[in-house]
Amino acid sequence: MSDNKVNPGKTIVDAKGEVSRREFLDGITLGALGVAGLGAAAITYQFFSPNVLFELPTTFRAGSPDLYPVNSVTFLQGQQVYIVRTEAGFYAVSAVCTHLGCITQWKPEANMIVCPCHGSKFQPDGKKIDGPAPRSQPHYAINLTADGELQVDKQQIIKADQILKA
Amino acid sequence: MGSSLNHALGSLRTTRVWRSIFRHGAANTDRGRSLAIFGNLMLHWLPVKVREKSLRVRATYYLGSLSLMLFVILVVTGVLLMFYYHPSTPTAYSDMKDLRFVVSNGVLLRNMHRVAAHLMVLLVFCHMVHVFYRGGYKPPHEFNWVVGVVLLLLTLFLSYTGYLLPWDQLAFWAITVGTNIISAVPIFGNELRFVALGGHAVGENTLLRFYVLHVVILPLLAILFIAVHMWRVQKDGGLTVGSKDDDRQN
Repeated sequence: MSDNKVNPGKTIVDAKGEVSRREFLDGITLGALGVAGLGAAAITYQFFSPNVLFELPTTFRAGSPDLYPVNSVTFLQGQQVYIVRTEAGFYAVSAVCTHLGCITQWKPEANMIVCPCHGSKFQPDGKKIDGPAPRSQPHYAINLTADGELQVDKQQIIKADQILKA
Repeated sequence: MGSSLNHALGSLRTTRVWRSIFRHGAANTDRGRSLAIFGNLMLHWLPVKVREKSLRVRATYYLGSLSLMLFVILVVTGVLLMFYYHPSTPTAYSDMKDLRFVVSNGVLLRNMHRVAAHLMVLLVFCHMVHVFYRGGYKPPHEFNWVVGVVLLLLTLFLSYTGYLLPWDQLAFWAITVGTNIISAVPIFGNELRFVALGGHAVGENTLLRFYVLHVVILPLLAILFIAVHMWRVQKDGGLTVGSKDDDRQN
């Protein structure tokens, strides 16, 4: 106990090997502050994750197949998707560049999709011709609804050779 | 745990980064302690010496410190609320409702902000009354008393401007009534009300004006005056202590 008298703040354990009152209270206080701080951080993280979003639905109807002539590329502005119709059928290609997310443009005179931001070039089926884009444009799942309209699901990425037969 | 913590702190103090931030060494001598106080903006607010009497509960009831803590809570919760609130008439009310019913922990933060605001008005007023009855306005504390009165007014203006932001019926008519009181000012009362409202009635301009006052101008003024207020406490020789503040009275 003589150690505690000389320097009460510096001793963790006294001669009997017991934790001193000061150290015990320090530990309890720091622990409580730590728990409170972690709790506050968790609550703040929850607060910053919105529960309701005002964004477009990821599954949408693209109208009757008759709207799209054979061998055409149609840009859907709101959904940022190209509906492409070839002789084989339909597919839906993302219009969001795989490089840094700019919206690409369909250039019919050059028969390619071009990104205005950094000049990436793609074929109408989304296949990459020239960088800096790292990958080809993904294809979204496309099918016909019961009442005969095209429906695209942007959550579902499919292979480029999966084509909806016309 | 304590000694390993001290050991870790000790080795941290020898690093170059630490020594670039805190140019003085460990505060284990009188000179070191003085340098630590003088070289640190935050510690500069704190007195080098404190009279034991002024730390007794009865000396202040911690009313000033509690008001400061409430102000800190209000700044933190208020900044968080700003992330979901748009100060425009079509959205203000529904944003407030969203904070209560949709946003995670929104109701906790909103109520913390509300309750802390009410408490702060109460505690700032108690603080003033307490300081007054102890003669805290007498020399050498006259200037700090005036700063305190400014802080009371800023607290009331903060409370009043925040009142409009939920954009409900209570807010709308409270601000209508309150700004009509402004027009009682002699000669240019009506002009003053026109400028405060940004129009002839409470509307879109008023909401935006009160919002900017509430989240930018008044808090900045409050921080400035709080800093001066706390700095003057120690420059004026610490808290007012009277002969009554001895052990027997506690």
